[in-house]
Amino acid sequence: MIQTENLTREFDGKAAVDRLSLEIGKGEVFGFLGPNGAGKTTTVRMLTGLISPTRGTARVMNYEIGVDDIHIRRNVGILTESPGMYDRLSALRNLTIYAELYEVEHVERQVEKYLRMLGLWDRRLEATGTFSKGMRQKLALARSLLHEPSVLFLDEPTAGLDPEASKLVRDFIRELQGEGRTIFLCTHNLEEADKLCDRIAVFKTTLRVVEKPSALRQQLYGRQTVFHLVERADQARVLLEQLPAVKSAKVIDERLLIATEDPDRENPKLIRALVEADFEIRFVGELRHSLEDIYLQLIGQAD
Amino acid sequence: MRKVKTIILKEWAEVFKNRLVLFTVAFMPLILTALPIITLVATGGLEDEMSTSVSGSPPDEFFGELCTGLSEMDCVQVYTLNLFAMMFMLLPVVIPVTIAAYSVVGEKMARSLEPLLATPITTLELLAGKAVAAFVPAVVATWLSFGLYVLSAWFVVNETVFSYLLDPMWLLAIFVVGPLLTITAVSTAIIISSRVTDPRIAEQLSAVVVVPIIMMMLGQSVGYIILDKQMIVILGGATALLDVILVYVSVHLFQRDNILTKWK
Ligand SMILES: Nc1ncnc2c1ncn2[C@@H]1O[C@H](COP(=O)(O)OP(=O)(O)OP(=O)(O)O)[C@@H](O)[C@H]1O
Ligand SMILES: [Mg+2]
Repeated sequence: MIQTENLTREFDGKAAVDRLSLEIGKGEVFGFLGPNGAGKTTTVRMLTGLISPTRGTARVMNYEIGVDDIHIRRNVGILTESPGMYDRLSALRNLTIYAELYEVEHVERQVEKYLRMLGLWDRRLEATGTFSKGMRQKLALARSLLHEPSVLFLDEPTAGLDPEASKLVRDFIRELQGEGRTIFLCTHNLEEADKLCDRIAVFKTTLRVVEKPSALRQQLYGRQTVFHLVERADQARVLLEQLPAVKSAKVIDERLLIATEDPDRENPKLIRALVEADFEIRFVGELRHSLEDIYLQLIGQAD
Repeated sequence: MRKVKTIILKEWAEVFKNRLVLFTVAFMPLILTALPIITLVATGGLEDEMSTSVSGSPPDEFFGELCTGLSEMDCVQVYTLNLFAMMFMLLPVVIPVTIAAYSVVGEKMARSLEPLLATPITTLELLAGKAVAAFVPAVVATWLSFGLYVLSAWFVVNETVFSYLLDPMWLLAIFVVGPLLTITAVSTAIIISSRVTDPRIAEQLSAVVVVPIIMMMLGQSVGYIILDKQMIVILGGATALLDVILVYVSVHLFQRDNILTKWK
């Protein structure tokens, strides 16, 4: 549904998005995870035909950006970073305007459907200027769905929402996923991406990794064993690397870091192998990366 | 077309909830109508008691051909009418400037431009909607207040003077040149507000289009410019030409990418 190839956007000669190549399938919920200023909004703007790339190409629903923008706009939904409602007008009026602009056939029916779905029906006649942040966000979400787009871009849908409102929005996104829509979800919230997405891209100007959450979680929650040896840590690494159970072996500050599928089962074997080869072990510990550590490590790469 | 209509109605729903806009659209025409009427009543009242002492005071060359065959008091009134008719060229410029200057920058400020531009609306549809939304109230308000002006003048001045008011020259000015000036004002305001980020600055900048009109009024009031048919036709032609250029420029300057990213 979405393909990008070396998609690049520069501002004043500085790349905000650099050679992004992606392929997102139909019905996929794709998490686009990155810190502030990573270029998430810039990417969404390019993919929805709002701004043009400096270089590279992208296709959304087989329409090429910069060429078939009007078709893209007609068929995709976008939740922009800020809701941007007409604050002097009512929620109902806001949605009606957009339903008309999106060429929706049954305007009233669609507007009512989504106002009800997001729990705003009772307050439909109030000016959106009086709405709380959460209500505005829900209204903006409703607005992005009026024309039943099959591809949906959500730019930080839960940013600034309290836990309850966030949960409501997440549940709603799950529902949309159940309807088979393709969702491009920008977030800087790891757990949100983990809970909702089929695949997660870690992105900061360039693409760092694209993984299934399970694989990423493995990396995120993966446990490593640390061996503090008296000496010859490098030789120990060479020895252990040959064992089939060992997935990776690194030496950092004279400490040997070993990753295995199942440390509980493999560690005794590793210890025996080291002892049999006459390595003196001072201390064995467990290194458990927090979610954040790995994420920070991923986005910190190549900085 | 449906989308243009949506934009127009949305624009009105929003913009008329703004006090400054309401004031400009509703009260300015009223004030500009009342002012000449009061002046006419005042000059009319002078007629009886002061006609002798005032006689001869407006030199013939000052009014040019305006007063041939008129009594001097009538001449003063015709002169006043002419002067104020010029005000009706001011209205079609001031009202749309206020509305249109608000329209693009206001959307930028509310950050509503991005979701709006993400809909399948074309730039032309969007600008047409915004332009018409500014144009119609301006023209309607101008014509209404001109109607009101003519009606009240009918009670105040004598028939000879009144006939001057319905001179084809003035009708041309109000019904043709006025709307043309409105287009000038609307497209200037759209160009400026596409480039500027604060509606107040946009409005002030756009208000510059009012300056030539005011200069003409001043020129006319000191007798430097005598508005005649030829002048009105030239003015109309020049405005029409200017409009073609400005409309073209406003559509071409309105580039989505620029407008979204050059937010200074
Ligand atoms: N209009 C612009 N002009 C100049 N630079 C810009 C513009 N928009 C974005 N940038 C730059 O591009 C980079 C990416 O910005 P972008 O808004 O896409 O990030 P983001 O991932 O959406 O961040 P956030 O999480 O804060 O929303 C930033 O360094 C930003 O300064
Ligand atoms: Mg962003």
